[in-house]
Amino acid sequence: MTALEWIALVLLIAGCFFYLAGTIGLLRFGDVHSRLHALTKADNLGLLLVCTALAVLSANWRVAALLVLIWLLGLLAATVSAHLIARHARRGGD
Amino acid sequence: MTQVLGWATLFLLLNLVAGLWRVARGPTAADRMLAALLFGSTTVAVLLIMAEWMAMPALRSVALLFVMLASIVTIAFFGLPAGDDER
Repeated sequence: MTALEWIALVLLIAGCFFYLAGTIGLLRFGDVHSRLHALTKADNLGLLLVCTALAVLSANWRVAALLVLIWLLGLLAATVSAHLIARHARRGGD
Repeated sequence: MTQVLGWATLFLLLNLVAGLWRVARGPTAADRMLAALLFGSTTVAVLLIMAEWMAMPALRSVALLFVMLASIVTIAFFGLPAGDDER
């Protein structure tokens, strides 16, 4: 294991931890808005950490750029989805 | 490192399985869509890790496609908000 691999390992484990936190929030919290709050934030941070870990591991600018693009698109998708779901829930949709 | 990537993939897949419980339980459509949101972000992470793990760069393109489709699902399900006149 090189130094870069150790850095990637720590980032990857941190990313998995945030995914776990998001999943626990989704399963354990009491209402839609709390679940949404826990899930979207934790998952996007998890995705960022995983993407960073893989960028470090690949040691390739082209791959790193693609990972950044994927993360930004992921943020956009999560924002749109979270807003629509929250809106639907607040209006008492089933 | 290869082993670590394998374990990370397995761990994220277990997250997906746990999310299925929320799909089954509901109680509302919004809750089920939340699980779909979880599947979206987790699947992308799994594909990216697998791309590195199996040395298959094509999987990164698959992940890009998935992330582009992620919001389409929710928009298709709930529709885009109308103008202010509806509030």
